[in-house]
Amino acid sequence: MGIQNPDELNEPNEATGGRAETDVEARVGLSYTFGQLKKDPTAWVGFVIIGTVSVVAVIAFVDQTFLHYWLADHLWVDPVRDTSAPSLLKPPFVSNQGTWNHVLGTDTRGRDVLVRLFYGARIAIEVGFLSTVVGLVGGTAAGAVAGFYGGWIDDVLMRAVETLYAIPFLVLVIAFMTAFGRTLVFAMIGVGIISIPTFARLIRSRVVSVREEGYIEAARAAGVRDRNIILRHVIPNSFAPVLVQATLQIGIAILLVAGLSFLGFGAQPPTPSWGQILSNARNAILVNPWFSFWPGLAILVTVMGFNILGDGLRDALDPRIQN
Amino acid sequence: MSDTLLEVTDLRTQFFTDEGVVRAVDGVSFDIGEGEIVGLVGESGAGKSVVAQSILRLVEEPGEIVGGEIRYRDELLFGLEDGPGADATERDGMLTEAEMREGIRGTEIAIIFQDPMESLNPVFTVGDQLREFIEINRDLGRKAAREEAVHLLREVGIPEPESRYGDYPLQFSGGMRQRALIAMALACEPSLVVADEPTTALDVTVEGQILELVDDLQERYETSFLWVTHDMGVVAEVCDRVNVMYLGEIVERASVDDLFYETKHPYTRALLDSIPRPDETVKSLDPISGVMPEAIDPPDGCRFHPRCPAAREVCTSVNPDARLVTADEDASHHAACLEHEDAFGAGYESSPSLDAETAAGFNAGFDRRADHD
Repeated sequence: MGIQNPDELNEPNEATGGRAETDVEARVGLSYTFGQLKKDPTAWVGFVIIGTVSVVAVIAFVDQTFLHYWLADHLWVDPVRDTSAPSLLKPPFVSNQGTWNHVLGTDTRGRDVLVRLFYGARIAIEVGFLSTVVGLVGGTAAGAVAGFYGGWIDDVLMRAVETLYAIPFLVLVIAFMTAFGRTLVFAMIGVGIISIPTFARLIRSRVVSVREEGYIEAARAAGVRDRNIILRHVIPNSFAPVLVQATLQIGIAILLVAGLSFLGFGAQPPTPSWGQILSNARNAILVNPWFSFWPGLAILVTVMGFNILGDGLRDALDPRIQN
Repeated sequence: MSDTLLEVTDLRTQFFTDEGVVRAVDGVSFDIGEGEIVGLVGESGAGKSVVAQSILRLVEEPGEIVGGEIRYRDELLFGLEDGPGADATERDGMLTEAEMREGIRGTEIAIIFQDPMESLNPVFTVGDQLREFIEINRDLGRKAAREEAVHLLREVGIPEPESRYGDYPLQFSGGMRQRALIAMALACEPSLVVADEPTTALDVTVEGQILELVDDLQERYETSFLWVTHDMGVVAEVCDRVNVMYLGEIVERASVDDLFYETKHPYTRALLDSIPRPDETVKSLDPISGVMPEAIDPPDGCRFHPRCPAAREVCTSVNPDARLVTADEDASHHAACLEHEDAFGAGYESSPSLDAETAAGFNAGFDRRADHD
């Protein structure tokens, strides 16, 4: 488990005192998992990063969809419309020419970079979660059914799913978007589909052992239909590794969609997204290198946050690791 | 005896493995009356659990029921007839898989499994599992089902059922889990409960409590039981009638008293000699020599003859079926052993005893140990 910091070492005395009785009591459930997570400082950092980005994203979402940038307009600056020409490509406040008005500087159209990054967070989070849900639902369904029934159903489903591995990611998503439309929604779905085989293989490997458990046989003997056995008994007992993978996948999806936006597939201007800001900044990299630094940093920190949380979650959900 | 509830005739269940066909259940017939507790006894590997699974048609790949008939009241749970080709086809009127699921499993015939640690889903609370089961099978609303679940938990002797309702299986002890499973089995008031070694994983004091509970519940609900076990003590405790199984076949069938006091089959005798009995003092126990052969390649003739102390030459070629071996028709005592010359007339009396060498081969180890004592 990650880094042991010195403060951690003093803590167990206190923790073990209470554990003797709680150990058996509550090694299941959300509160237990969350409690384990809190003991891991690294995971906690990831959690705080994601929490912050998510809050920003939610505010941005509400302002964009329901208030039409009213909040940004009144409290700060507009993230979408061009502003006065003289302040094009201003460097951030640390530089000599920088001002506190535009903390991180302005872009090629004179828009404030920080506010655009904030509104770009909305796209990132939305894309991360929704595309992961697509992959999670598709992959879990395919993998659970394949693993539960085995035989030819297993072969057909898994081979079908694995063909997705054979096609390069970019080609697949771009073909997909060309066919259905060059909008963000299809970018998300495309990235989601890409992750289906990962989820399917992961859950299948667990289901194959879970299906032999006594409670599955008991459920069958009690007259439960297969669908309910899979939904109520098989999937909940196979879900821990999938949950970890989903957390990591959110980060991956954010990165992939940022890449797509960079290439012009994804969020269309003037809607701010990190990939597109980055692509924009590339043209000005010689004039104002700072500009390209910020969106890159935003992507890096967010993706890292999800990765750290995923690692922490894996430790928290694994009963063999005790802290 | 009251009306017949379940009737199994010539049941054959086989497993098609890479090494060959395993004839786990090979022509087993027995019946269970209303409100009766019938035992099914035998060593590990005798095919007891496969019989239990076959009754509910729960035998899994590569296993398959290949012959025989299972009747439950007026329903045909399983039956084959000769099809147009060489293969047997399912008979008309045999319940479909969906009918089995909705009409039989859980509601008419429930099963209690051997391992209470394994039979509850670890991610849901015990109460929720019980409630869900009642909700699905009994057309009760969520609230009514919950009340019924708490009532059942109290019924099977779980203390403070209200607060225990929200506990996870891992917070229950083994005995309590088995009680919860019994509650689940009884939730739909089935007419028959198949108990597949339900007390094997429990220690003796808890086993005693569970047996008492079952006796008590059986009287109250008038449920019939098929009690699968390898424990003769449990048989004596709970059963009305007993079937003794050896290597996929039933070798003796009798009422509990007859089985213990008028034992008619050498295998049953050997079983009884191998356990301590409170009513007899013996110097040392007599284990059955050798091990049970594999069902993949059963011996010719009587399947018990390689281990049988009473085996004669005729036993190596004739495999007896279970026949009535008492003059008293009411006792209905069946045994599958050629030594009952009246019933079989296979020439057992005149057949020479199998030479001691084969027996000695098996016994050698045991005898040597006895010499040292």
